[in-house]
Amino acid sequence: MAQDVQAALAGNVWKVYVEVGDTVEEDDELFVVEALKMEIPVYSPCDGKVAEIRVKKGDTVEEDDVIAVID
Amino acid sequence: MAIIEHMGVFAMTPGMGVMWLISLTLMYLAIHKKYEPLLLLPIGFGILIANLPLTNLMEPGEGLIWRFYHYGIEWEVIPPVIFLGLGALTDFGPLLSQPRLIFLGAAAQAGVYITFFIATSVGFTLEEAAAIGIIGGADGPTTIFLAAKLAPQLLGACAVAAYSYMALVPIIQPPIMRLLTTENERKIKMIKGRKIGAREKLVFPVVASVLIILLVPASAPLIAMFMLGNLFRESKVVERLTDTAQSSLMNIVTIFLGVSIGATMNAENFLRQEVIFIFFLGLVAFMIGTATGVILAKIMNLFTSNKINPLVGGAGVSAVPMAARVVQKMGMEADKKNHLLMFAMGPNIAGVIGTVIAAGIFLTLLG
Repeated sequence: MAQDVQAALAGNVWKVYVEVGDTVEEDDELFVVEALKMEIPVYSPCDGKVAEIRVKKGDTVEEDDVIAVID
Repeated sequence: MAIIEHMGVFAMTPGMGVMWLISLTLMYLAIHKKYEPLLLLPIGFGILIANLPLTNLMEPGEGLIWRFYHYGIEWEVIPPVIFLGLGALTDFGPLLSQPRLIFLGAAAQAGVYITFFIATSVGFTLEEAAAIGIIGGADGPTTIFLAAKLAPQLLGACAVAAYSYMALVPIIQPPIMRLLTTENERKIKMIKGRKIGAREKLVFPVVASVLIILLVPASAPLIAMFMLGNLFRESKVVERLTDTAQSSLMNIVTIFLGVSIGATMNAENFLRQEVIFIFFLGLVAFMIGTATGVILAKIMNLFTSNKINPLVGGAGVSAVPMAARVVQKMGMEADKKNHLLMFAMGPNIAGVIGTVIAAGIFLTLLG
């Protein structure tokens, strides 16, 4: 079952730690979003494989944007 | 021989030496510790040059830095111009989507008023006490604006206290917030408010200006410029003005603000017992403000099922966005998926407006 990874806050993508095809576990740090000069980690919602990454470093994201999909 | 008599070396006083040390300390904190460097660096250097003898830099009517001070601060030009830039930087969305959190920004102003009464009871005049109390609002330009009008002799000390405490927000606030909340309260995940549309954001600065200025006319210089900057931002048709207001213009006036505030701090003015009181009372104001914000959030939770994470109350002191960052960090410490940053921005911005209103009230009563 695919599960979306959402940005919790509006900001800029600061770091991308994973690539499509990587195996991840729940609570692994996948991204860092920068908002108001704070680095805010985005964690994986579940165990699985990274099926899709929709952002790259430097992109602007809005709150609740789907930034990746875990399969 | 005349040239030797006019050398500054022989006119040095011990007080000036002490001020040099204070200047160097501030410059060190600005450069190495990155404590509000944009302000503390020019302030630090301003202190140094104001405490070199025989320069006349601060001589009324002729000194260079005196001119910056007179036309920039005494004429009340610079703090409102900074507010223009802050308005252009501010997104009122978080405040509008959870209007009830405005109360937390108001509650945190209790620190300002309580400290005002403490300061009068230890012997400061009403005007001085107002300038000291406003430090608790943790808003630099507002503190400068009010102190320059009511107690110019304390301006330097109040400004340095305000900016120092703003830099120390991540150290001062967490212990108080931890003391007043339980682990479970800090874990509370808040429910998102509704999304705020572009039209609401556009109308807000206009309506807010009219309402606030009708209620507290003395707050007009700061509020009007703040809302004008915000109107630039939200109109989306004057990006050049928005950009200038929030970057170049703000940077330019910050230079003159910093150096002239530093230069008001000569040994005579600054090396007095009262200054220690000012720093102490300013800290008290700030701590009370943090506490009252958190406590009000807890009280509000008694009456609602849509719980507020009480940490958010700590952002009611202004110090944008440092206080909101503290809230985010503490929320994540309790639960790493708990993101309070945007919730905290609401009371944080309300706190700025609350502090300006407090300053307006003091000006109305004492000015």
